[in-house]
Amino acid sequence: MAIKYDVPETHEFPIIPSIMEGAMAHSAPFLANKEFQSGMGFPSAEEPGQLIDGWKEKFLELLQDKLNKYRSLLVFMDTCVKCGACTDKCHYFIGTADPKNMPVARQDLLRKVYRRYFTFAGKYFPWLVGAVDLTEDVIKDMYSYFHQCSECRRCAVFCPFGIDTAEVTMAARDMLAQIGMGQKYSNQIIPKIHKIGNNLGLPEPAMLDTLEGLEEGIEEETNVKVRLPLDEKGAEVLLVTPSADFFAEPHIDGLIGYAKVFHAAGVTWTLSSKASEAANFGLFIGNYEQMRQISLRIRDAAKELGVRRLIFGECGHAWRVAYNHLNTLAGPWDFLDQNYPIPQHILEFTKDCLDRNLLNIDKSENDHMTLTFHDSCNIARASRIGDEPGSQFTTPREVIKAVCNNFHDMSVDTINDQTFCCGGGGGLLTDDLMELRIKGAQPRMESLKNVVADHGVTHMAAICAICKSQFTKVLPYYGMTMDQIVSVHQLVSNAIVLEGQGEASEDNEAVEEAA
Amino acid sequence: MSALSILYVVLFYVAMITLVVGVTNKMLQYKRVPAPLKIAVTPAPLTRRGVVYRFFTEVVLFNSLFRATKWTWLFGFLFHASLLLAFFRHLRYVISPDAFIWPLANNLLVQSFGHYAGFAMLIGLLGLLARRIFVDRVRYISSPSDYLMLLLIMGIAVTGLLMSYVAHTDIIQLKAFIMGLFLLDWQNLPGDTVLLVHLTMVLFLMMIFPISKLLHAPGLFMAPTRYQVDNPREVRHLSPWGAEIEANDGRNT
Repeated sequence: MAIKYDVPETHEFPIIPSIMEGAMAHSAPFLANKEFQSGMGFPSAEEPGQLIDGWKEKFLELLQDKLNKYRSLLVFMDTCVKCGACTDKCHYFIGTADPKNMPVARQDLLRKVYRRYFTFAGKYFPWLVGAVDLTEDVIKDMYSYFHQCSECRRCAVFCPFGIDTAEVTMAARDMLAQIGMGQKYSNQIIPKIHKIGNNLGLPEPAMLDTLEGLEEGIEEETNVKVRLPLDEKGAEVLLVTPSADFFAEPHIDGLIGYAKVFHAAGVTWTLSSKASEAANFGLFIGNYEQMRQISLRIRDAAKELGVRRLIFGECGHAWRVAYNHLNTLAGPWDFLDQNYPIPQHILEFTKDCLDRNLLNIDKSENDHMTLTFHDSCNIARASRIGDEPGSQFTTPREVIKAVCNNFHDMSVDTINDQTFCCGGGGGLLTDDLMELRIKGAQPRMESLKNVVADHGVTHMAAICAICKSQFTKVLPYYGMTMDQIVSVHQLVSNAIVLEGQGEASEDNEAVEEAA
Repeated sequence: MSALSILYVVLFYVAMITLVVGVTNKMLQYKRVPAPLKIAVTPAPLTRRGVVYRFFTEVVLFNSLFRATKWTWLFGFLFHASLLLAFFRHLRYVISPDAFIWPLANNLLVQSFGHYAGFAMLIGLLGLLARRIFVDRVRYISSPSDYLMLLLIMGIAVTGLLMSYVAHTDIIQLKAFIMGLFLLDWQNLPGDTVLLVHLTMVLFLMMIFPISKLLHAPGLFMAPTRYQVDNPREVRHLSPWGAEIEANDGRNT
C-alpha cells in the first residue's frame, strides 16, 4: 500500500521553477457522497461528483449572491491587473510548478467565469479578456485547483491591491458544494462537531478517560497532582483546544503544557465536552452559516459552565476564526470578564505568566534540543497574538526563548508574515491529497533543512494542530524524522518546575493516605 | 466649426461622462456590498490613522509590490510616477493661469522633469511589456487585453512625445478647444494627425476605464484586507445580512 511519491528537491537557496502545464491536473480530493452532502444540507446527484440538474444556472445564481454579500470577492474579481507579483509566492506552485497553482491563475478559474457573465468586456469580447463559458470542464478544474490552495494568504501579502486568494477559494468551494461537488474530508468531519462536539468524534467518556490518563501520567512524572478538568462548572477559564491535543503526538504534550501552566498560575480552568474542538472547518469550505453554528457551540458551553474567560489552545485556523470572527459570529461576549481579551490565546496567557514570574522555569531541561519556530500562516497573516501589530511573531519566540537555551530562526523570507504554509492547511490534511501535501511542504522543508545543516537545529516548534500533523507525516519524506516537530507548550511543559515537583513520592502517598 | 471639431466635442463629453458615471457607479456598488467578516491581512494597523499610513505606503511607494518583485516594482513605479507628472503637466491645457490651482501645473518640478516624463513612461511600459512576454509565469496569465492596454498607453506616450519634440501642434488653439468644453463655448480643434491620434487614444482609455482592469486604481481602496482596522476583539463587526441571520434564530442573545 506504500505509494511512492516524487519528493521535490530542496536547495541551499530557493529556486522558482519553470512552469509545467497540467503537472497537478490529476490532483483532487475525494468527493463527498450523497450521505455526506445531505448531512451538510448540500444537494447531490446519484454519484459523487455528478452535478445536480440545472447546475449551471444554480452556480451563476450562487455567484451573484456571493458578489452581493462579499465586498472582498466583488472587488478582487475586478482589480487584478495580472502584474505577476503573486506568481512565485505560493508553496504549491513552488512545489509543483503547475501554473494553475499560481495564485492569480487560481483566481482566474473563477474570474474568467465572472468576466463572461458579469462584465461588459467578457459578455461581448470574451476572447479579449480571457473570459470563458461555464462548462463541466471548468467546474472540474475549479474542484481540482481550489483544493490545491490552503487559504494561507501568502499571496495577499505581496499583492499590490491586497487581493486574497483565500477569499476566492472559499467562495468557490462553497458554490461547488452547492452544486453537488463537496469535498469528502471537510463535509464528513463537520457533522461530527455538531453531533459529538469535536472533529474526531471523540465522545465524552473517551475524553474523560484520556484526561484521567494524562493526570496520572503527569503525577507519575512529577509527583504533583495537575488537573485536566472536563465540564467543571464555575471554573475561571474555558479552554477550547483542537481535539488532536487529546491524542496525537506532539499535540498532547502541548495540552500537558497548558495544564501545567494553569496549575502553576493557580487559575481554575475546564475543558468542555460540548465545545471539545477549537477547529472550525466552516472557514475552509467558505460557509458563513456553518462557521457560525460551530462558533455558537463555544458560546453555549461558556454560558452553561459559567466561566469568566475564554482561552484557545494551539491551533492556527481555529485562532484565525476565534480572533477575527468569534465576536462577529457568536458575540457579543458581554457575559465574560471584560478585563481580559475575548478570546485569549494560550500563548498570551503563558507569556503573561512568564512576565509576572509565576512560572518556575528550568531552561536546561530543553538543552538536548536546538529549536526553530514555524510561524503558522493563520497566526502570522490572519490574526494577532499580543498587543501590537506583529506581536504574533515575537510572542511565541519570546516564550520559546524563555524556556529554551538554543534557538535559531529560519531564513528571513520564510518566517513572520512571509512564512510558508505547512502544506496541509485549509482543509487539505487528508490522505487522498498526500502528493500535494508532500510537494507543498517543499519551501518550508527547504528552509528547515538549511538551518539544520548550518546551525545545528534539531527541532521545529509549531503552534498549530494541522502544522504538527502535517509535519509529522511529511518530515520523513524529506529525510528527517517525525519527532522533529514539537509543540511550543511541550517546551514549556519540559522546562516548568511545579511546586513540590520531584519530592519523595512516599510523602505524597502519606498525604494521600491521611486524606 | 468644423465637422471634425464637432465630432471631438461629442467624443469628449461621452468619454468624460462614461468615466465619471462608470467609476462612480462601480464605487457605489463596492460600497453597497458589505464586508461580513474581519479579514485584514496582518500585521495590520490598530487605528484608522494607521490604515491611512498603510495606504500611503501602498499608493505612493507600492510597498507590497516592492517586497514581491523588484523589477516589476521598478518599471511599475517609473510608469506611474511619470504618469502623475505628465498629468500635472497637462493641467495647463485645462485650467487658466488665474485659477488658484495653477501652481500645481506651473512649477519647476512639473515643467522641467515633466518635459521628460514621456520617456520615463515609455521605459516603464517597455519593461512591463518585456516582463509580460519573457517571464513564463506572467506570459501564462496574460490575455490579449493585457498586452493591448500596454500598447495603448505606449501609443499615447509616443504621440505625446512627438508633439513635444517633433511636430508641435497649435497649443493655443488646443487650449481654447479644451476650455470651451468646460465653458460650453465650443471652439475649433487643431487638425494635426498626431494630436488627433493622441486624443482618440486618451478618450478611448477614459471610456474603457470603468469596464477594465484600470479599476485597480479606485478598487485598491476598497480591499477589506487592507482598509480594515485590526480590532476584532475590541469592536464587534457585524454586516446587515449577518445581523439578519442572528435576529432570525436569536442564538446570540
